[in-house]
Amino acid sequence: MIELSQVVKTYQAGLATPFTAVDRVTLSIPAARLTVLKGPSGSGKTTLLTLIGCMARPTSGRIHLHGLAADALPHLAPADALEITSLPERFLTAIRRRTFGFIFQQFNLVRGISVLENVLLPTYPTGEDPRAVEARAVERLESLGLARHLRASVDRLSGGEAQRVAIARALINDPAVIIADEPTAHLDSRLSEDFMGLMSQFKDAGKTLLITSHDPIVYDSELADLVVEMRDGRVVSES
Amino acid sequence: MRPSLQRYRNILDFALSSLLRRKGRNLALISVYTLVVFVIASLVFFVQALKREAHELLAQAPDMVVQRMVAGRHDPVPLAQVEAIRSIRGVDEVQARLWGYYYDPVFGGNLTVLATEDAALAPDAIWIGQGVARSMRVREGDLIPLRGYDGQSSLFSIQKVLPESSELVSSDLVLMAPKDVRALFHFPEGLATDLAVQAGNPRELPTIAAKIVELYPDSRPILKAEILRTYEAVFDWRGGLMVVVLGSAVLSFIIFAWDKATGLSAEERKEIGVLKSLGWESSDVLLLKFWEGTVISVTAFLTGVLLAYAHVFFFSASLFEHALKGWSVLFPRFRLIPALDGYQLTVLFFLTVLPYTAATLVPSWRAATVDPDAAMRS
Ligand SMILES: Nc1ncnc2c1ncn2[C@@H]1O[C@H](COP(=O)(O)OP(=O)(O)OP(=O)(O)O)[C@@H](O)[C@H]1O
Ligand SMILES: [Mg+2]
Repeated sequence: MIELSQVVKTYQAGLATPFTAVDRVTLSIPAARLTVLKGPSGSGKTTLLTLIGCMARPTSGRIHLHGLAADALPHLAPADALEITSLPERFLTAIRRRTFGFIFQQFNLVRGISVLENVLLPTYPTGEDPRAVEARAVERLESLGLARHLRASVDRLSGGEAQRVAIARALINDPAVIIADEPTAHLDSRLSEDFMGLMSQFKDAGKTLLITSHDPIVYDSELADLVVEMRDGRVVSES
Repeated sequence: MRPSLQRYRNILDFALSSLLRRKGRNLALISVYTLVVFVIASLVFFVQALKREAHELLAQAPDMVVQRMVAGRHDPVPLAQVEAIRSIRGVDEVQARLWGYYYDPVFGGNLTVLATEDAALAPDAIWIGQGVARSMRVREGDLIPLRGYDGQSSLFSIQKVLPESSELVSSDLVLMAPKDVRALFHFPEGLATDLAVQAGNPRELPTIAAKIVELYPDSRPILKAEILRTYEAVFDWRGGLMVVVLGSAVLSFIIFAWDKATGLSAEERKEIGVLKSLGWESSDVLLLKFWEGTVISVTAFLTGVLLAYAHVFFFSASLFEHALKGWSVLFPRFRLIPALDGYQLTVLFFLTVLPYTAATLVPSWRAATVDPDAAMRS
């Protein structure tokens, strides 16, 4: 479970034009479930994801990971309740690497290198045996139907293919939590359904899923266990 | 492989493929970088070789040369002084030297004409240096006319072309019998151009010089050691002329490196954000940038140094021959003797590779230490 209490993110805090993108959010995201964040553009969904995913620190408030970061920080894992907002940068990196898999709104693939290399990127600093990692990457890519594109440059992929590369990359370190930001924004409804199919597999595999979306295919899906609606940085409803 | 070593390898591999995907930009970078290293290294090698050549030249020179000064100018020395100086204590040998410059109007260059007592020299014959042979297009056995002081030409047969060994020294040399030198220049009997003095113990030279001045107040003794010091001042690359030339080359290089390296493109910046969001630490990103910078700078350094080596030692520094050796038309087209000086290479390495690496690391460090959430937005 991921627990947020009174989380605030203010951009440009202390400057002339401070902007509070996330305002006193208190929320529990259940483990091994699919949670959807919805809300109009600018309501703070992406910002909230970056806070949960240890990519930025909240201005105030606390975020606890319950039993999720054991892989990332075995030596300091009190299996329940790891408070992440006060951790040193080094630990946050380890958590980003092991606990969370991100699928970005723009996919954020690194241009000019191959599909396989993109998927391997998160593993380079771990110094794992490259053959084992590569075998894992190939397996993930094959299961996502990308066997033919292993060595292709990512620049030439279609939108749906690029997203599946991003998914394979998010999965390479076998994270406990998968975070996807507007995953269906660039997909037609067929591909969006395919995406939800994948998510249901991951849910069955026990992954915690956190997805932002404006797309009814996502938030009206029967897979969604919890739908959180945001407006102007605040949570307005949970269902 | 241990995980920590594997990490270095993985990141190095990725650095190489990163460099490949920005092929055009990086090739341009390496070319300019190589060019700069090439120029600096050529200069250093060339000056070093010249310096050695000059030392060789001076090794054959006498310990002391005594000139006579008249109205502040170098004037012939009466031969009577030879005996007087020889009797000064500590003097081993005094030799009157007879030489002068001959301007050849046909090919517009200066020759050094030197009298020799060598018994092997045939009457009416001369020995010439390689450079003279080349520019006059003559060989052993040919006859050449030299115009005397009165405009009358005399013919000399070339008995020998001097061997190449130290061409910078002997290239423009013409050796002839003393009587021919006097006839050519109308040089009065009983006078010599200068005196070469050898001492048994070189440490007595300053004392001897003082005694000579006492004896002949109008004389000017020049010590070899002083000439060596002058050469050092001109050629030494830690002081003198070289520091100015090298300094400006290195400075312009640093500006280039700074300009090239600090401009982290928006794409690179975003990539750093992406890598961080995927769980790369700042130190991993820095290692990546360090490898990239090292591959570029070491490649450029090695290529530049090799090219400079070939340029200086196989092509006789053809690019700046004219600028540096230049006073005479008789450019000795000699081959400098190849040699590498570890100290020089090290300094060169630190002057070129370090500024570049630093210049690449600073902006990457700045980009690598910001929060990765910037990568989420584009
Ligand atoms: N670095 C920043 N500095 C200032 N304001 C920012 C910054 N990043 C985001 N914001 C603002 O914070 C608000 C929330 O942005 P966020 O990206 O979280 O919205 P969102 O709900 O994901 O919107 P969308 O559905 O369009 O993706 C926006 O108004 C945005 O302009
Ligand atoms: Mg968003």
